[in-house]
Amino acid sequence: MAKQRVKFTFPPHLVQEPIIWRLGKNFNVVTNIRRADVTEDRGWVILELEGDLEEIEKGVRWVEEQGVRVDPVPGDILEG
Amino acid sequence: MSFANTLRCRECGRHYPLEPMYVCEFCFGPLEVMYDYEGLRKHLSRRRIETGPLTIWRYRDLLPVDGEPVDIGAGFTPLLPAPRLGKALGLKRLYIKNDCVNPTWSFKDRVVSVAATKAREFSFRTLACASTGNLANSVAAHAARAGLEALVFIPADLEQGKIVGSAIYGPTLVAVQGSYDDVNRLCSELAERYPWAFVNINIRPYYAEGSKTLGYEVCEQLGWRIPDHCIVPVASGSLFTKIYKGMKELAWLGLVEWRRPRMSAAQALGCSPVVEAWERRSYDIRPQRPNTIAKSLAIGNPADGYYALRVINETGGYGVAVTDEEIIEGIKLLAETEGIFSETAGGVVVASLKRLATQGLISREETVVAFITGAGLKTQEAVVEALAAPVLIEPTIASFEEAMAQRQKALSTSRR
Ligand SMILES: Cc1ncc(COP(=O)(O)O)c(C=O)c1O
Ligand SMILES: [Zn+2]
Repeated sequence: MAKQRVKFTFPPHLVQEPIIWRLGKNFNVVTNIRRADVTEDRGWVILELEGDLEEIEKGVRWVEEQGVRVDPVPGDILEG
Repeated sequence: MSFANTLRCRECGRHYPLEPMYVCEFCFGPLEVMYDYEGLRKHLSRRRIETGPLTIWRYRDLLPVDGEPVDIGAGFTPLLPAPRLGKALGLKRLYIKNDCVNPTWSFKDRVVSVAATKAREFSFRTLACASTGNLANSVAAHAARAGLEALVFIPADLEQGKIVGSAIYGPTLVAVQGSYDDVNRLCSELAERYPWAFVNINIRPYYAEGSKTLGYEVCEQLGWRIPDHCIVPVASGSLFTKIYKGMKELAWLGLVEWRRPRMSAAQALGCSPVVEAWERRSYDIRPQRPNTIAKSLAIGNPADGYYALRVINETGGYGVAVTDEEIIEGIKLLAETEGIFSETAGGVVVASLKRLATQGLISREETVVAFITGAGLKTQEAVVEALAAPVLIEPTIASFEEAMAQRQKALSTSRR
């Protein structure tokens, strides 16, 4: 079992979509929301994903394909 | 013993011991070092600082370290009055904080000196980072000085010049084939898996404190005074928020009189998520895909962007985003008026300053400090095409004088 902390940032047209629910349902991944800021047309969610590493990776790829930006929790790590 | 006493979550306020950790276990918020300010107030004086070494370590009491510093001479860089640049912009009291002259030619030596000291204190044997240049150079150099292994992750398509500035210190350089996002994801996973001191991941709370020294120095160099206005380049937003924190701390400790400096954030238009949110009057940062020559500032999803926005708004500062053309002009203007060759981040600052001055958002009488955070030899590609070629002559006086006459003619027609 692996755990991964990630930040999802939703563009306006996806805020109303139940993406996190579908991530948990379609993949063998437990989603645990820790902090979020969602407004009508925009939002981000910080959550922990738990499951097999491969399954987490597949799930995250699917989330990205939906148009959600996925980042590691400390923000960008690559620095100038 | 240092005066640091806990790590505190910036979101939920929970406290943690001073260990190599960086996010709150409860809410995953970022952690920040807290100090015993009562103890510090009794202990610290201007005199104690003034008699310290001419490096960031004169402010050691205000940094979260216990061990012997890993010191290659970072900090206490010149604060220069800039009358010629000031005249060009219509500002009477303009200063340049010239952080180009650090040991690896950028302000990153301040943060990495603290991070390397902390890594050694925590008994790590490897100092690591993911970087496109300045941070990589500094990590490789400080690891060498500390006798630590250095592990530096860079994007595979990085320019040769940037690689040399790290490779010379003998680190293990890992070139990652993939996008920036791929490098980021990989490094955040590696940081969980291996016992390394990743300066900007698990050591980040300590690392970030090093930037406060820029705020301390400017106040001390102004004769223990807080300036009216600071123009600071912003990538993750850490430097920006820590300069302000440093100035506030000096006031809490009674070392300067409190007056609120306007804190203005400078970004490149091609990567300006903080300025874009500020212009919308929002705290909601929309991540961007960077596209600018200012590579050292190209962070599309800034970790401290929200906190940087709070500082801009709290101090009545401005957000400014400038084009790549303005950046090149800014680099040239600084070099031609003050003799300082900065990298693209400095061009961003000078161009932003120019914009604010032109729009009348800075008054003539304000004491303004422009933070120039990295040296120009590192980013020569950015300006090489914008510079005049040398005048080519035969080794004769006639040839020289003819060339000068032609040059004079060309100059006078171009001025007309
Ligand atoms: C030269 C230079 N100036 C400024 C910055 C901005 O630093 P920060 O990420 O703390 O906003 C960086 C680094 O990323 C840099 O390399
Ligand atoms: Zn917390």
